[in-house]
Amino acid sequence: MSEPVLATRNLCKTFNALVATDDVSIDLKPGEIHAIIGPNGAGKSTLIGQICGGIKPDAGSVHLGDSDVTNFSTAERAQAGLGRTFQISALAMEDTVLENVLLGVVGRSAKPWRFWSPALKARDLIESSMAALERVGLAEVCDQVTANLSHGQRRQLEVAVALALTPKAFVMDEPMAGLGAEGSHSMTDFLSELRHEAPILLVEHDMDAVFALADRISVLVYGRIIASGSVDEIKASKKVREAYLGEET
Amino acid sequence: MSAILVIEQILNGLQFGIMLFLMAAGLTLIFGVMGLINLAHGSLYMVGAFAAASVAGATGSFLLALVAAFTVAAFAGAIVEIVVIRRLYRAAHLDQVLATFALILIFSEGTRWVFGSFPLFLDVPSYLSGPVTLPGGIEYPLYRLTLIGVGLLVALGLWWLTARTRIGIQIRAGENDREMIAALGVDISKLYTLVFALGAALAGLAGALVGAIQSVQVGMGEPVLILAFVVIVIGGIGSIKGALIGAILVGLTDTLGGIFLPEFLKLFMESGAATQTGSALASMAVYILMSVVLIWRPTGLFGARP
Amino acid sequence: MIREGYINAIVLFGFLLIPICALIIEEPYTITLATRAAVLALAAVGLNIALGIGGLVSLGHAVFFGLGGYAMGILAFHAQNYIPVELGPLTINGTKSMPIIWLTAVLVSAFAALIIGLLSLRTTGVYFIMITLAFGQMFFFFSISWSAYGGEDGLSIYVRNVFPGVNTLVPIQFFGLCFTALCVALFVQSRLRASIFGLVLNSARQTPVRAETVGLNPMRLKLLAFVISGAITGLAGALFADLNRFVSPTMFSWQLSGELIVLIIIGGVGRLAGPVIGSALFVTLEHFLGEFTDFWHIWLGLILLLIVLFARGGIIGILTGKDGPHV
Ligand SMILES: Nc1ncnc2c1ncn2[C@@H]1O[C@H](COP(=O)(O)OP(=O)(O)OP(=O)(O)O)[C@@H](O)[C@H]1O
Ligand SMILES: [Mg+2]
Repeated sequence: MSEPVLATRNLCKTFNALVATDDVSIDLKPGEIHAIIGPNGAGKSTLIGQICGGIKPDAGSVHLGDSDVTNFSTAERAQAGLGRTFQISALAMEDTVLENVLLGVVGRSAKPWRFWSPALKARDLIESSMAALERVGLAEVCDQVTANLSHGQRRQLEVAVALALTPKAFVMDEPMAGLGAEGSHSMTDFLSELRHEAPILLVEHDMDAVFALADRISVLVYGRIIASGSVDEIKASKKVREAYLGEET
Repeated sequence: MSAILVIEQILNGLQFGIMLFLMAAGLTLIFGVMGLINLAHGSLYMVGAFAAASVAGATGSFLLALVAAFTVAAFAGAIVEIVVIRRLYRAAHLDQVLATFALILIFSEGTRWVFGSFPLFLDVPSYLSGPVTLPGGIEYPLYRLTLIGVGLLVALGLWWLTARTRIGIQIRAGENDREMIAALGVDISKLYTLVFALGAALAGLAGALVGAIQSVQVGMGEPVLILAFVVIVIGGIGSIKGALIGAILVGLTDTLGGIFLPEFLKLFMESGAATQTGSALASMAVYILMSVVLIWRPTGLFGARP
Repeated sequence: MIREGYINAIVLFGFLLIPICALIIEEPYTITLATRAAVLALAAVGLNIALGIGGLVSLGHAVFFGLGGYAMGILAFHAQNYIPVELGPLTINGTKSMPIIWLTAVLVSAFAALIIGLLSLRTTGVYFIMITLAFGQMFFFFSISWSAYGGEDGLSIYVRNVFPGVNTLVPIQFFGLCFTALCVALFVQSRLRASIFGLVLNSARQTPVRAETVGLNPMRLKLLAFVISGAITGLAGALFADLNRFVSPTMFSWQLSGELIVLIIIGGVGRLAGPVIGSALFVTLEHFLGEFTDFWHIWLGLILLLIVLFARGGIIGILTGKDGPHV
């Protein structure tokens, strides 16, 4: 077995009395898509927050490659190779599509301290940005202001920004949300290819997509992983049916 | 330095702090409930003082003057809320700062237009003037003592209002969740006007009360406004308890700093330089206090953590 | 609707034309007014970098304006008295040379901005507005009680300072100097805004979370913007003091900080020519309204209110039909 690219060990987080993450240990191996599913409020976004920074776990650790990144800031984790997309788009709405992706490219280069030459004339940066946009199918709208994009296009742009980082691992929070049937389909195809570049930790509600994509699925309920396994194992698991699909027995 | 002087200065600081609290309570309530930074709060303080001075001039009654200050400021507040402020609740902080800065300009120049640039005077009524003797033989002006009493009563009243009444419950609900209380059928825009008018009335009352020991003039609101902001920022914006504690801290720091810092520095420096540096430091003391608090706790002593 | 580039060109050209006309029809006072507008615009250009690109609502930029002013005042004061400044073992001679004074003003303000920024940027939102205001008040009260340099009364300088190759006593020449400084600052701002730093800073204003998730530190970006901003406003302070041959604590006052924001809002936040239009209009209003009513601030207040409530993009927003950045 190959070493995991990304792993959490015994993560715990409570908000006041609410246990949002309860002793969660998961990992992500090279070339795989590991899907995290669970009902609303199960603690998926909270888990992602602890993996990517922004939410500090009460206990436990996060590992990226060989390094323990638990005490890294969000920015340091990104530099160490985490590429994240948000459940609710966090894009610069006043900027153009291209400028949003450029931000990712600049972040990867870790060289924002260039004050004089125009950003839009930095050919290498523009080329990488356009490449990322082309892959998600937004190259034509690169000059549009982000606020004018459709919801689906914003989701794609989210992914493009993460692509621009060329991360070691992707962490995606509901990339299909609100995409519609066709949008989900092309996103599914896209992610399916993407896993060979870097593995994906995928939080998703769209079960068709999850079943089509995931190499492994972990089920999170009330902050706790109640089952973990292949698509077929999860589909067959009685525990999952009870807890997650709400089928009382 | 005698113990009597020290106690006197502490009382002065307390009185100043309590007056700041009257200003700060309104500010912090308005911010807590409506999320609005109101720079024009100092103008309502001024409006109250002018209303009081005019009424006292016409009727000779100090009590009537206070009532006038309270009502006129409340009305002015309600009108300003309805005409301008309610368009700003959802606006960015920058817009709020600017619009209420504009209101200061309009209020100040408007008052100057009506009353002229010369200060008016509001006299302490005879039944409150003169010193009283406190236990321990300290002589202290009765009026200032009354101010402390009135301020503490207002603090108590506010506590009762927010903790024990229907309106208070609505106010606190509004702080937490606007949609929720709208859904419960509370007329939110009326509630907001009410809260704003209440804050304005307290500011007006403070203006009148302080107007009797200082002169009543255009521009009197701004220094107090800024100190009141310092108070609520120290206390944590939105917290009435924070405002009270912050106000007393600021009042004491400001008053005692001016007296004790030069004396303290004389221990290390020669006397002239100590007086100079001491008074320079004292005038900056409250702002230094505020920066230290914010650097230590970026949302104030009792502010909600982000 | 007009392209913003044209507006910028027309505004700068008009700004240059008015004092030249005034020179021809021999109206020296108009030249002084134009100089005042240019210097205030320069100060606001500085603030616009922090505010319009970085989203930092600083209500304490008077600190830098005042520091620039006092840098000039103190250096020129020591030069006119022939008494050097004693700083411990260090003796510094006063100077009447503008380049040296400007450099001092820029360095001192930049350093102050670094310290104030480091402390203030820990806070956000209203707390940031208030802590910058508090720093402004600290400097204000310090300058009032610091009697060595005039305390509350301020400090007068008898003769305007000198600049090699320019006769600064001639109003139009001094205007030229200030206008050049303004143009240089505008050029710097436009390069900065278009650069990678500008792009990233602008995104960090809109979505700090995103900046962090791509591996950038928004706080450092904002700090640098604050320093550059403070340095430019400091330079304006030195020029303002030289224009009036006088510095006083009012240069540190919070009203001045407020006015700088007002200038920017009238013209258009984050817009290149915003502060220029704003300050030209401000000085014009101040002069003409001030002539036939003592209460011109009422009108300024009303205009400001209307702009905030109904024309968020300021005058440039109206002219271009495009909303500016949201701060
Ligand atoms: N900052 C916070 N403070 C208090 N409670 C929080 C906080 N953030 C999240 N929670 C609570 O933690 C629980 C988990 O939230 P989380 O957003 O992680 O769920 P989720 O699985 O991502 O849900 P969804 O499918 O709706 O996105 C929820 O009950 C939520 O209300
Ligand atoms: Mg979620």
